[in-house]
Amino acid sequence: MHAFANPAKFLSLAKVLTPWLFWGGLALILVGAGCGLFVTPADYLQGESVRILYIHVPAAWLGMGGWTGLAIAALMQIVWRHPLAGVAGRAIAVPGALFTAICLATGSIWGRPTWGTWWEWDGRMTSMLVLLFLYFGYIALARASAEQPGGIGENGGVSRVTAIFALVGAVNLPIINRSVVWWNSLHQGPSITMRGSSIDSAILWPLGLTVIGFSLWFGAIVLMRMRSILAQNKVEARMARLAREAA
Amino acid sequence: MALKSKHQRLILVLIALVAIIGAGLLAASALKDEAAYFYVPADVKAKGFTPGKAVRLGGMVVAGSLAHAPDGVTKTFTVSDGKATVPVRFTGIAPDLFREGSGVVAEGKFDAQGTFIADNLLAKHDERYMPREMEGMSYDPKTHKVTGAAKP
Repeated sequence: MHAFANPAKFLSLAKVLTPWLFWGGLALILVGAGCGLFVTPADYLQGESVRILYIHVPAAWLGMGGWTGLAIAALMQIVWRHPLAGVAGRAIAVPGALFTAICLATGSIWGRPTWGTWWEWDGRMTSMLVLLFLYFGYIALARASAEQPGGIGENGGVSRVTAIFALVGAVNLPIINRSVVWWNSLHQGPSITMRGSSIDSAILWPLGLTVIGFSLWFGAIVLMRMRSILAQNKVEARMARLAREAA
Repeated sequence: MALKSKHQRLILVLIALVAIIGAGLLAASALKDEAAYFYVPADVKAKGFTPGKAVRLGGMVVAGSLAHAPDGVTKTFTVSDGKATVPVRFTGIAPDLFREGSGVVAEGKFDAQGTFIADNLLAKHDERYMPREMEGMSYDPKTHKVTGAAKP
Protein backbone atom coordinates (compact mmCIF):
# COMPACT_ATOMS: atom_id res chain seq x y z
CA MET A 1 0.00 0.00 0.00
CA HIS A 2 2.81 2.36 0.80
CA ALA A 3 4.20 1.96 -2.70
CA PHE A 4 1.26 4.19 -3.61
CA ALA A 5 2.10 6.83 -1.03
CA ASN A 6 3.67 8.59 -3.97
CA PRO A 7 0.73 10.16 -5.85
CA ALA A 8 2.61 9.97 -9.16
CA LYS A 9 2.87 6.19 -8.88
CA PHE A 10 -0.78 5.93 -7.88
CA LEU A 11 -1.83 8.17 -10.77
CA SER A 12 -0.03 6.11 -13.40
CA LEU A 13 -1.73 2.92 -12.20
CA ALA A 14 -5.14 4.60 -11.81
CA LYS A 15 -4.92 5.98 -15.33
CA VAL A 16 -4.53 2.47 -16.76
CA LEU A 17 -7.14 0.90 -14.47
CA THR A 18 -9.95 3.47 -14.86
CA PRO A 19 -11.10 2.67 -18.43
CA TRP A 20 -11.00 -1.09 -17.80
CA LEU A 21 -13.13 -0.79 -14.67
CA PHE A 22 -15.48 1.69 -16.28
CA TRP A 23 -16.19 -0.11 -19.56
CA GLY A 24 -15.96 -3.62 -18.09
CA GLY A 25 -18.37 -2.63 -15.32
CA LEU A 26 -20.77 -0.97 -17.74
CA ALA A 27 -20.79 -4.04 -20.00
CA LEU A 28 -21.58 -6.36 -17.08
CA ILE A 29 -24.33 -4.00 -15.84
CA LEU A 30 -25.96 -3.86 -19.28
CA VAL A 31 -25.79 -7.63 -19.82
CA GLY A 32 -27.00 -8.39 -16.27
CA ALA A 33 -29.81 -5.81 -16.34
CA GLY A 34 -30.85 -6.85 -19.85
CA CYS A 35 -31.05 -10.52 -18.89
CA GLY A 36 -32.78 -9.57 -15.64
CA LEU A 37 -35.42 -7.66 -17.58
CA PHE A 38 -35.99 -9.98 -20.54
CA VAL A 39 -34.56 -13.45 -19.90
CA THR A 40 -35.29 -14.51 -16.32
CA PRO A 41 -38.77 -15.68 -15.29
CA ALA A 42 -41.11 -13.67 -13.06
CA ASP A 43 -41.44 -14.61 -9.40
CA TYR A 44 -44.34 -16.87 -8.39
CA LEU A 45 -45.65 -14.36 -5.86
CA GLN A 46 -44.13 -10.96 -6.65
CA GLY A 47 -44.56 -11.28 -10.41
CA GLU A 48 -42.55 -8.86 -12.53
CA SER A 49 -41.61 -6.57 -9.63
CA VAL A 50 -38.95 -9.11 -8.60
CA ARG A 51 -36.75 -7.64 -11.34
CA ILE A 52 -35.91 -4.59 -9.23
CA LEU A 53 -33.67 -7.03 -7.32
CA TYR A 54 -30.95 -6.66 -9.96
CA ILE A 55 -30.55 -2.97 -9.06
CA HIS A 56 -31.61 -2.97 -5.42
CA VAL A 57 -29.12 -5.59 -4.20
CA PRO A 58 -25.98 -4.10 -5.87
CA ALA A 59 -27.04 -0.66 -4.59
CA ALA A 60 -27.36 -1.97 -1.03
CA TRP A 61 -24.03 -3.80 -1.34
CA LEU A 62 -22.22 -0.68 -2.57
CA GLY A 63 -23.90 1.64 -0.08
CA MET A 64 -22.53 -0.54 2.72
CA GLY A 65 -19.30 -1.37 0.85
CA GLY A 66 -18.69 2.35 0.36
CA TRP A 67 -18.80 2.96 4.08
CA THR A 68 -16.49 0.00 4.66
CA GLY A 69 -14.11 1.76 2.27
CA LEU A 70 -14.44 5.02 4.21
CA ALA A 71 -13.64 3.18 7.45
CA ILE A 72 -10.56 1.47 5.95
CA ALA A 73 -9.36 4.79 4.50
CA ALA A 74 -9.87 6.41 7.92
CA LEU A 75 -7.83 3.65 9.58
CA MET A 76 -5.04 4.15 7.02
CA GLN A 77 -5.12 7.89 7.67
CA ILE A 78 -5.11 7.75 11.47
CA VAL A 79 -2.64 4.90 11.98
CA TRP A 80 -0.27 5.01 9.00
CA ARG A 81 -0.80 8.64 7.93
CA HIS A 82 -1.18 7.46 4.34
CA PRO A 83 -1.22 10.62 2.19
CA LEU A 84 -3.92 9.33 -0.18
CA ALA A 85 -6.28 7.97 2.48
CA GLY A 86 -8.17 11.23 2.92
CA VAL A 87 -8.39 11.70 -0.85
CA ALA A 88 -9.85 8.20 -1.16
CA GLY A 89 -12.38 8.88 1.60
CA ARG A 90 -13.49 12.10 -0.06
CA ALA A 91 -13.80 10.28 -3.41
CA ILE A 92 -15.86 7.39 -2.00
CA ALA A 93 -18.38 9.39 0.02
CA VAL A 94 -20.53 10.83 -2.79
CA PRO A 95 -21.00 7.62 -4.87
CA GLY A 96 -21.55 5.70 -1.61
CA ALA A 97 -24.35 8.09 -0.65
CA LEU A 98 -25.79 7.87 -4.17
CA PHE A 99 -26.00 4.07 -4.10
CA THR A 100 -27.53 4.14 -0.60
CA ALA A 101 -30.18 6.51 -1.94
CA ILE A 102 -30.79 4.23 -4.96
CA CYS A 103 -31.19 1.29 -2.58
CA LEU A 104 -33.78 3.17 -0.50
CA ALA A 105 -35.65 4.40 -3.58
CA THR A 106 -35.83 1.02 -5.33
CA GLY A 107 -36.80 -0.66 -2.07
CA SER A 108 -39.62 1.80 -1.63
CA ILE A 109 -40.84 1.28 -5.20
CA TRP A 110 -40.80 -2.49 -4.63
CA GLY A 111 -42.45 -2.21 -1.23
CA ARG A 112 -45.58 -0.47 -2.55
CA PRO A 113 -46.86 -3.40 -4.69
CA THR A 114 -45.37 -6.15 -2.51
CA TRP A 115 -46.00 -5.05 1.07
CA GLY A 116 -48.64 -2.44 0.36
CA THR A 117 -46.60 0.48 1.71
CA TRP A 118 -43.96 2.92 0.46
CA TRP A 119 -42.18 3.17 3.78
CA GLU A 120 -42.32 1.61 7.22
CA TRP A 121 -40.02 2.25 10.16
CA ASP A 122 -38.72 -1.29 10.50
CA GLY A 123 -35.16 -2.14 11.53
CA ARG A 124 -33.68 -2.65 8.07
CA MET A 125 -35.16 0.46 6.48
CA THR A 126 -34.42 2.70 9.43
CA SER A 127 -30.79 1.58 9.74
CA MET A 128 -30.28 2.04 5.98
CA LEU A 129 -31.72 5.56 6.19
CA VAL A 130 -29.32 6.25 9.07
CA LEU A 131 -26.47 5.17 6.73
CA LEU A 132 -27.59 7.77 4.18
CA PHE A 133 -27.57 10.47 6.88
CA LEU A 134 -24.10 9.30 8.01
CA TYR A 135 -22.89 9.81 4.42
CA PHE A 136 -24.33 13.35 4.45
CA GLY A 137 -22.50 13.98 7.73
CA TYR A 138 -19.22 12.69 6.30
CA ILE A 139 -19.58 14.81 3.14
CA ALA A 140 -20.29 17.91 5.24
CA LEU A 141 -17.28 17.25 7.51
CA ALA A 142 -15.00 16.57 4.51
CA ARG A 143 -16.11 19.81 2.93
CA ALA A 144 -15.57 21.72 6.17
CA SER A 145 -12.07 20.27 6.56
CA ALA A 146 -11.09 21.67 3.14
CA GLU A 147 -11.96 25.14 4.32
CA GLN A 148 -9.67 24.94 7.36
CA PRO A 149 -6.64 27.09 6.45
CA GLY A 150 -3.39 25.10 6.67
CA GLY A 151 -5.29 21.92 7.54
CA ILE A 152 -4.85 18.53 5.93
CA GLY A 153 -8.01 19.17 3.92
CA GLU A 154 -6.12 21.72 1.81
CA ASN A 155 -4.42 18.86 -0.02
CA GLY A 156 -7.68 17.16 -0.88
CA GLY A 157 -7.66 15.06 2.27
CA VAL A 158 -10.07 15.10 5.17
CA SER A 159 -9.58 16.24 8.77
CA ARG A 160 -8.94 13.80 11.58
CA VAL A 161 -12.44 14.40 12.97
CA THR A 162 -13.87 13.29 9.62
CA ALA A 163 -11.80 10.09 9.74
CA ILE A 164 -12.89 9.35 13.31
CA PHE A 165 -16.50 9.93 12.24
CA ALA A 166 -16.04 7.31 9.47
CA LEU A 167 -14.76 4.76 12.00
CA VAL A 168 -17.56 5.41 14.49
CA GLY A 169 -20.18 5.28 11.73
CA ALA A 170 -18.98 1.79 10.77
CA VAL A 171 -20.86 0.52 13.86
CA ASN A 172 -24.02 0.91 11.77
CA LEU A 173 -22.86 -1.68 9.21
CA PRO A 174 -23.31 -4.83 11.35
CA ILE A 175 -26.58 -3.34 12.61
CA ILE A 176 -27.90 -3.03 9.03
CA ASN A 177 -26.73 -6.54 8.25
CA ARG A 178 -28.27 -8.13 11.35
CA SER A 179 -31.39 -5.93 11.58
CA VAL A 180 -33.62 -8.54 9.94
CA VAL A 181 -32.30 -11.29 12.22
CA TRP A 182 -32.30 -9.49 15.58
CA TRP A 183 -35.69 -7.86 15.27
CA ASN A 184 -39.02 -8.75 13.75
CA SER A 185 -38.96 -6.74 10.57
CA LEU A 186 -41.13 -6.20 7.54
CA HIS A 187 -38.09 -6.67 5.30
CA GLN A 188 -37.49 -10.35 4.60
CA GLY A 189 -34.55 -12.20 6.11
CA PRO A 190 -31.32 -12.82 4.21
CA SER A 191 -31.88 -14.87 1.03
CA ILE A 192 -28.22 -15.60 0.36
CA THR A 193 -26.35 -17.06 3.32
CA MET A 194 -23.29 -19.22 3.86
CA ARG A 195 -25.53 -22.29 3.46
CA GLY A 196 -26.82 -21.36 0.05
CA SER A 197 -29.48 -19.27 -1.60
CA SER A 198 -33.26 -19.36 -1.30
CA ILE A 199 -33.44 -17.43 -4.57
CA ASP A 200 -33.92 -19.96 -7.33
CA SER A 201 -30.92 -20.14 -9.67
CA ALA A 202 -33.12 -19.24 -12.67
CA ILE A 203 -33.75 -15.83 -11.04
CA LEU A 204 -30.42 -15.50 -9.27
CA TRP A 205 -27.76 -15.64 -11.99
CA PRO A 206 -27.99 -12.12 -13.53
CA LEU A 207 -27.67 -10.71 -10.00
CA GLY A 208 -24.04 -11.83 -9.90
CA LEU A 209 -23.38 -9.90 -13.13
CA THR A 210 -24.94 -6.66 -11.91
CA VAL A 211 -23.28 -6.89 -8.47
CA ILE A 212 -19.82 -7.32 -10.03
CA GLY A 213 -20.58 -4.78 -12.77
CA PHE A 214 -21.74 -2.05 -10.37
CA SER A 215 -18.76 -2.81 -8.10
CA LEU A 216 -16.28 -2.31 -10.97
CA TRP A 217 -18.11 0.85 -11.93
CA PHE A 218 -17.94 2.09 -8.36
CA GLY A 219 -14.18 1.52 -8.44
CA ALA A 220 -13.91 3.48 -11.69
CA ILE A 221 -15.90 6.40 -10.25
CA VAL A 222 -13.73 6.47 -7.12
CA LEU A 223 -10.49 6.41 -9.16
CA MET A 224 -11.79 9.19 -11.44
CA ARG A 225 -12.73 11.32 -8.45
CA MET A 226 -9.35 10.71 -6.77
CA ARG A 227 -7.54 11.68 -9.97
CA SER A 228 -9.58 14.85 -10.30
CA ILE A 229 -8.88 15.82 -6.66
CA LEU A 230 -5.14 15.24 -7.16
CA ALA A 231 -5.19 17.23 -10.42
CA GLN A 232 -6.98 20.05 -8.62
CA ASN A 233 -4.23 20.01 -5.97
CA LYS A 234 -1.59 20.32 -8.65
CA VAL A 235 -3.36 23.30 -10.22
CA GLU A 236 -3.72 25.01 -6.87
CA ALA A 237 -0.07 24.40 -5.97
CA ARG A 238 1.03 25.86 -9.29
CA MET A 239 -1.23 28.90 -8.88
CA ALA A 240 0.18 29.48 -5.40
CA ARG A 241 3.74 29.25 -6.71
CA LEU A 242 3.02 31.67 -9.56
CA ALA A 243 1.41 34.09 -7.14
CA ARG A 244 4.48 33.92 -4.89
CA GLU A 245 6.82 34.50 -7.82
CA ALA A 246 4.79 37.45 -9.04
CA ALA A 247 4.83 39.10 -5.63
CA MET B 1 10.32 -1.06 25.35
CA ALA B 2 9.20 1.95 23.43
CA LEU B 3 6.33 1.41 21.03
CA LYS B 4 6.55 2.94 17.61
CA SER B 5 4.07 5.76 17.42
CA LYS B 6 2.18 4.16 14.54
CA HIS B 7 1.72 1.00 16.59
CA GLN B 8 0.54 3.11 19.48
CA ARG B 9 -2.05 4.71 17.23
CA LEU B 10 -3.11 1.32 15.87
CA ILE B 11 -3.67 -0.07 19.37
CA LEU B 12 -5.56 3.05 20.39
CA VAL B 13 -7.84 2.86 17.37
CA LEU B 14 -8.49 -0.86 17.91
CA ILE B 15 -9.37 -0.35 21.59
CA ALA B 16 -11.69 2.50 20.63
CA LEU B 17 -13.34 0.37 17.94
CA VAL B 18 -13.89 -2.56 20.31
CA ALA B 19 -15.44 -0.19 22.86
CA ILE B 20 -17.73 1.43 20.29
CA ILE B 21 -18.85 -1.88 18.79
CA GLY B 22 -19.47 -3.24 22.29
CA ALA B 23 -21.58 -0.19 23.12
CA GLY B 24 -23.47 -0.59 19.85
CA LEU B 25 -24.20 -4.26 20.51
CA LEU B 26 -25.36 -3.52 24.06
CA ALA B 27 -27.69 -0.82 22.78
CA ALA B 28 -29.00 -3.12 20.06
CA SER B 29 -29.73 -5.96 22.48
CA ALA B 30 -31.40 -3.54 24.90
CA LEU B 31 -33.59 -2.41 22.02
CA LYS B 32 -34.49 -6.00 21.13
CA ASP B 33 -38.09 -5.68 22.22
CA GLU B 34 -38.54 -1.99 21.54
CA ALA B 35 -37.16 -2.03 17.99
CA ALA B 36 -39.25 -5.02 16.94
CA TYR B 37 -41.49 -3.93 14.11
CA PHE B 38 -44.34 -6.18 15.20
CA TYR B 39 -45.40 -8.65 17.87
CA VAL B 40 -46.00 -12.31 17.10
CA PRO B 41 -48.90 -14.33 18.59
CA ALA B 42 -46.52 -16.03 21.05
CA ASP B 43 -45.65 -12.59 22.53
CA VAL B 44 -49.36 -11.89 22.94
CA LYS B 45 -49.87 -15.26 24.64
CA ALA B 46 -46.89 -14.75 26.97
CA LYS B 47 -47.40 -11.11 27.90
CA GLY B 48 -51.13 -10.61 27.35
CA PHE B 49 -52.62 -7.68 25.50
CA THR B 50 -54.02 -4.24 26.29
CA PRO B 51 -57.37 -3.71 24.55
CA GLY B 52 -57.43 -0.51 22.53
CA LYS B 53 -53.65 0.01 22.40
CA ALA B 54 -52.28 0.45 18.86
CA VAL B 55 -49.86 -2.37 17.98
CA ARG B 56 -48.71 -4.39 15.01
CA LEU B 57 -49.22 -8.14 14.86
CA GLY B 58 -47.24 -10.33 12.49
CA GLY B 59 -47.30 -13.99 11.49
CA MET B 60 -48.56 -16.43 8.92
CA VAL B 61 -52.15 -16.46 7.73
CA VAL B 62 -53.33 -19.96 8.70
CA ALA B 63 -54.38 -21.93 5.61
CA GLY B 64 -58.15 -22.40 5.50
CA SER B 65 -58.87 -19.71 8.08
CA LEU B 66 -59.62 -16.84 5.70
CA ALA B 67 -63.33 -16.01 5.50
CA HIS B 68 -65.11 -13.13 3.79
CA ALA B 69 -68.04 -11.43 5.46
CA PRO B 70 -71.23 -10.75 3.41
CA ASP B 71 -70.48 -6.99 3.32
CA GLY B 72 -67.68 -7.75 0.82
CA VAL B 73 -64.90 -5.75 2.45
CA THR B 74 -64.51 -7.49 5.81
CA LYS B 75 -62.20 -10.47 6.16
CA THR B 76 -61.54 -12.66 9.17
CA PHE B 77 -58.55 -14.95 9.48
CA THR B 78 -56.17 -16.45 12.01
CA VAL B 79 -52.54 -15.43 12.39
CA SER B 80 -50.08 -17.98 13.70
CA ASP B 81 -46.37 -18.07 14.48
CA GLY B 82 -46.32 -21.82 15.05
CA LYS B 83 -46.63 -21.39 18.83
CA ALA B 84 -49.88 -19.49 19.25
CA THR B 85 -52.71 -18.08 17.16
CA VAL B 86 -54.69 -14.86 17.20
CA PRO B 87 -58.00 -14.22 15.37
CA VAL B 88 -57.96 -11.09 13.20
CA ARG B 89 -60.74 -9.04 11.62
CA PHE B 90 -59.95 -6.53 8.88
CA THR B 91 -62.19 -4.17 6.94
CA GLY B 92 -60.61 -2.59 3.90
CA ILE B 93 -58.50 -3.34 0.87
CA ALA B 94 -55.77 -5.93 1.39
CA PRO B 95 -52.51 -5.86 -0.62
CA ASP B 96 -52.26 -8.19 -3.62
CA LEU B 97 -49.79 -10.49 -1.93
CA PHE B 98 -52.04 -11.07 1.08
CA ARG B 99 -53.05 -14.73 0.97
CA GLU B 100 -53.38 -17.85 3.10
CA GLY B 101 -50.12 -19.50 4.09
CA SER B 102 -48.22 -16.26 3.55
CA GLY B 103 -46.79 -13.71 5.97
CA VAL B 104 -48.82 -10.71 7.10
CA VAL B 105 -48.33 -7.70 9.36
CA ALA B 106 -51.59 -6.26 10.69
CA GLU B 107 -51.81 -2.79 12.22
CA GLY B 108 -54.61 -2.14 14.67
CA LYS B 109 -55.68 -2.99 18.20
CA PHE B 110 -57.16 -5.78 20.28
CA ASP B 111 -60.76 -5.71 21.36
CA ALA B 112 -61.76 -6.88 24.84
CA GLN B 113 -62.33 -10.46 23.64
CA GLY B 114 -58.81 -10.83 22.22
CA THR B 115 -59.72 -10.44 18.55
CA PHE B 116 -57.28 -8.23 16.71
CA ILE B 117 -59.15 -5.48 14.84
CA ALA B 118 -56.83 -4.48 11.98
CA ASP B 119 -57.16 -1.16 10.19
CA ASN B 120 -54.28 -1.84 7.81
CA LEU B 121 -52.68 -4.97 6.39
CA LEU B 122 -49.16 -5.32 5.01
CA ALA B 123 -48.09 -8.44 3.16
CA LYS B 124 -44.74 -9.72 4.40
CA HIS B 125 -42.66 -11.28 1.70
CA ASP B 126 -40.30 -14.07 2.71
CA GLU B 127 -36.77 -14.72 1.45
CA ARG B 128 -37.87 -17.20 -1.25
CA TYR B 129 -37.71 -16.18 -4.90
CA MET B 130 -38.67 -18.70 -7.57
CA PRO B 131 -40.29 -18.95 -11.00
CA ARG B 132 -44.03 -19.58 -11.27
CA GLU B 133 -43.49 -23.14 -12.54
CA MET B 134 -41.98 -24.06 -9.20
CA GLU B 135 -44.90 -22.91 -7.07
CA GLY B 136 -46.05 -25.69 -4.77
CA MET B 137 -42.59 -27.03 -4.15
CA SER B 138 -41.56 -27.04 -0.55
CA TYR B 139 -38.68 -25.10 0.85
CA ASP B 140 -36.61 -26.10 3.87
CA PRO B 141 -35.24 -23.02 5.65
CA LYS B 142 -32.69 -25.13 7.51
CA THR B 143 -30.93 -26.58 4.49
CA HIS B 144 -31.96 -23.81 2.06
CA LYS B 145 -33.02 -26.52 -0.38
CA VAL B 146 -36.13 -26.49 -2.52
CA THR B 147 -37.65 -29.96 -2.82
CA GLY B 148 -40.73 -31.58 -4.25
CA ALA B 149 -42.06 -32.15 -7.74
CA ALA B 150 -43.13 -29.34 -10.00
CA LYS B 151 -46.84 -28.96 -10.51
CA PRO B 152 -48.03 -30.89 -13.59
